[in-house]
Amino acid sequence: MSNPQRSFFFNVDWISVFIYLALCTIGWFNIHSAAPGTGNLGIFNTSTDYGKQLIYLSIAVPVGIVILLLESRFITALSVPIYVVTTFLLLLVLIPHIGRNVGGNQAWITLGGGFRLQPSEFAKFSTILLLARYLSGTNIKVTELKSFLIAAGIIAFPMLLIMLQPDAGSTLVFSALIFVLYREGLSPYFLILEGLFITLFVLTLKVENHWYIIGALAAIAAIIVFLFKRNKKLVSNVLIGLCICIAFVFSVKFLYNHVLQPHQKVRIDIVLGITSDLKGKGYNVNQSKIAIGSGKLWGKGYMQGTQTKYSFVPEQSTDFIFCTVGEEWGFAGSMVVLGLYLFLVLRIIRIAERQRSPFTRIYAYGVASVIFFHVVINIGMTIGIVPSIGIPLPFISYGGSSLLNFTILLFVLLKLDSNRMGIIYA
Amino acid sequence: MNSFFVRRYVIADIFITIILLLAAKLFYIQIIDDQYSLTATKNVLRPIKQYPARGPILDRNGKVLVQNEVFYDITVIPKQVKPFDTLEFCKLLNIDKTEFDKRFEKAIKYSPYLSSPFEKQLSAQAFASIQERLSEFPGFFATPRYLRTYPDSTAAQFLGYIGEVTQRDIDHSAGRYKPGDYIGVTGVEKAYEDVLKGTVGVKNVIVNSHNVVQDSYENGRFDTAARAGERLTSSLDIRIQKLGEELMHNKVGSIVAIEPSTGEILAFVSSPTYDPNLMVGRERGNNAAKMYKDPYTPFLIRPIQAYYPPGSSFKPLNALIALQSGLITPQTSYYCTGAYKGGLPRCDEPHGQSDLARAIAVSCNTYFASVFERLMNVNGARNIDTTFVDWRKKVSKFSFGERLGIDLPNEGRGFMPTAALYNKTFGVNHWRSNSILSLAIGQGELEATPLQMANIECTIANHGFYYRPHLIKAIGERKITKEEYTQRNYVGIDGQYFEPVIDGMQQVVETGTARSSQIPGIIMCGKTGTAQNPHGKNHSIFVAFAPRENPKIAIAVIVENGGQGAWYAAPIASYIVEKYLTDTIRRPMDEFNRIKDADLMPDPTFYYSQIKKEAARDSIRKAKADSLRKKQGIKSVSTKKNNGNKLAYVATPVKRREHE
Repeated sequence: MSNPQRSFFFNVDWISVFIYLALCTIGWFNIHSAAPGTGNLGIFNTSTDYGKQLIYLSIAVPVGIVILLLESRFITALSVPIYVVTTFLLLLVLIPHIGRNVGGNQAWITLGGGFRLQPSEFAKFSTILLLARYLSGTNIKVTELKSFLIAAGIIAFPMLLIMLQPDAGSTLVFSALIFVLYREGLSPYFLILEGLFITLFVLTLKVENHWYIIGALAAIAAIIVFLFKRNKKLVSNVLIGLCICIAFVFSVKFLYNHVLQPHQKVRIDIVLGITSDLKGKGYNVNQSKIAIGSGKLWGKGYMQGTQTKYSFVPEQSTDFIFCTVGEEWGFAGSMVVLGLYLFLVLRIIRIAERQRSPFTRIYAYGVASVIFFHVVINIGMTIGIVPSIGIPLPFISYGGSSLLNFTILLFVLLKLDSNRMGIIYA
Repeated sequence: MNSFFVRRYVIADIFITIILLLAAKLFYIQIIDDQYSLTATKNVLRPIKQYPARGPILDRNGKVLVQNEVFYDITVIPKQVKPFDTLEFCKLLNIDKTEFDKRFEKAIKYSPYLSSPFEKQLSAQAFASIQERLSEFPGFFATPRYLRTYPDSTAAQFLGYIGEVTQRDIDHSAGRYKPGDYIGVTGVEKAYEDVLKGTVGVKNVIVNSHNVVQDSYENGRFDTAARAGERLTSSLDIRIQKLGEELMHNKVGSIVAIEPSTGEILAFVSSPTYDPNLMVGRERGNNAAKMYKDPYTPFLIRPIQAYYPPGSSFKPLNALIALQSGLITPQTSYYCTGAYKGGLPRCDEPHGQSDLARAIAVSCNTYFASVFERLMNVNGARNIDTTFVDWRKKVSKFSFGERLGIDLPNEGRGFMPTAALYNKTFGVNHWRSNSILSLAIGQGELEATPLQMANIECTIANHGFYYRPHLIKAIGERKITKEEYTQRNYVGIDGQYFEPVIDGMQQVVETGTARSSQIPGIIMCGKTGTAQNPHGKNHSIFVAFAPRENPKIAIAVIVENGGQGAWYAAPIASYIVEKYLTDTIRRPMDEFNRIKDADLMPDPTFYYSQIKKEAARDSIRKAKADSLRKKQGIKSVSTKKNNGNKLAYVATPVKRREHE
């Protein structure tokens, strides 16, 4: 270590690496436990999920190491080509004979040997990369309309292509990037509006007569206006917000009644508790809640989960992997996993804020937002507070594309971070 | 670092808040709400019932009346079926291809993962040929099942049968029965259901989401073993039961034999009978339907459900009551000219002067009509209603008109007329001993079940008391000595009065009406009876007990349309008594065969359907008339239910027809 700057692993954030490895290990053990049957086939059997996941891990970890060996400038330079390639793949997957349709989503490209690639996973990486590249440019300010629109376009373009698959879950992931824009100067009203939209969306569908909601909104607006009538700017903003909110309520009503497919309506209804259809569309979520709820404080123990072992929970190694965690490791285990994620995203925010380069900071916020969104939607879905949207739990869910994507996301950040001093020398 | 640096805290706060929300929800469903862990257990835990073998029923000497035989169900798990030679399989099961497809479809529809029945209840022989080859057809399995079999095909009405529980049974069982369980429907199977049923065991297994069994739950810690039903030793003697059924072949009627010293039922023949094996197995439904339609009603348990006027067999009873009240002595004698006071009832021949014993021996109607007149007029002719009530009470002590409380379901009580009935028929104070004289000779309104008739013989044999008739000797190894079965029921006649009556009954067999039914070496005391039958030939009745000293068997035999008591009932009774006491029949077989081969089956269309139709027509007419009356606003005349006298069934419609 006489010349620390020469070492490739100098300045790497080992805490993040440790969390990464911990989550991957937890993931593998839970995939092993969730496998139907008792797993007599041996852990290296590639016909099983846990066997394959071992292969994915043995690919992902070296990929992470290789990324750490790369030159930072190289990554920055590649952001445009990578975006172009993933966009191409997103287009390719839509072509009937090349893309494979699994579970209603035209989302996979077959690689042979039983392995498939999911371009939408890599689109997250490439979008964050390009967004960071664009926003870190000189004289680019999100507060300016033109810059904002271009940034929004970078995010919206892959969203549009993924929506065509149609993969609602992956599409929604990109909306998490609003945190990045907010951090870079986007008006907080957008965040407030997004929060309001979510609340109004739920209320509109739950409350039979939407005039009550509009009445309540108007009343709240009137109180704010009355209290702050001196503040002209706030009053006008509140009034504009009120109009937008009312328009939103009407459009949700319209969308729900006339645009949404019946099966989509049912999913939303179940989460909102409007209907309960435990045998049909609500079966997955109900069984998943039973699995997690039956774990109690300490769980049933490794490989002892009856809900997962006897395949009551569907997709138990991919989207519903958290059921195994909840059932076999109980509330304690769930808190450990949830805590690791929270620690990771907060750690990434910390990493972001210590950067001198805006590129790395923006990129880091992108990574944090995407991981956070995945965790909240995935776990929220398994415990029935978010509609069933099929997105994986980062590092834990079974799946090569997802694991590789998140590995690349994280390790590129770690590489950029390890060079945070280097920018001065560059 | 730019001017929006503080926003990192806003973002971090949002992240923390939302993660805490998730944690709170997890806390709620994992720690607070118990419902999920209960549901998880319910999801995988399946308590599977282990059915115990039903207890066998034996006769008094340990011979098997009912036991269980193994049958095989062929079941199929569609998911495990691999391509095979369908034709060969069909040939093996003796079904055709379309039937095969139909059943297979049904199995798939039920569940591709679970076994469903494919072919039910193959006998052990039929299964033997399939067993070796079953391994060639993966997905098909054999499950043994235990069903009732009756090795001697005997005592069908006595033993009863079992059937699947009805919704009613389930509702009333407080959870002891589930759909598909079997329960005793009639006879001993019903009466001793709790003993025979055994205890259902439970095996707790874990199933997966397709309901396929994966493992046992907690290594069987909560499992309970099935306990087989207990062996029930009945009081029946299969030797005389079979003999009785043989003799009653092609006849309508019943035989009831009781051991007087215990009240145990030795024979319980109801004819026409059926093979109890018909009520088991695949053809059960068809067989049962056929028998329900049979005009001779084989399901009727005649010994306890059919009512007959006891006829002359009732005479000893009147004699005993008269002796007890001191109205006659054994020496009291009357002169018979061939008819009582020149009118009714008549005797077959003039009997001349008879004392009590001879009167019983020759069954002199005149004598007993005179005795009855004395009985009724003891308080003066005007007070007959109170005298009748008193007499009725004494007769009731012999259990006439009452249930004996035998341990079989659906016992009938017979019919014993009341003073009120006569007041209605004749008008208050408008009836005298003459009006009800037919009671003297066991005719008229009086009706009794064969069991009641046999029980009277027990009482006479015991000189004044009887034990409640019952059919159980032991459950498992335990001998049953219920208090109610060992308690003497006294009938209110002192022991000394029985001797003269028994003398007469001994003469009946030795020199009297039943002299042709004497059993060499055995002193049997009996009484013939001939019950008038408005629908055809008279019913032949014989009641008896034997031997005179230390009686071992009391018996009542009724042969419908058999004519006089001595013609069929007496010889049948004598053969059964002989068989029971000596285990052989020493008398010439040609007479035995004559009785056995006699066909006394009445014309079904006339004999039974007629009665039913008349009754049905009657009720329809009544309903019509009632509705008419209601319309006209006239109060309906109280139409008390017919007293059961078959005469009335025929007579009333005729009268109505005249009115119309």
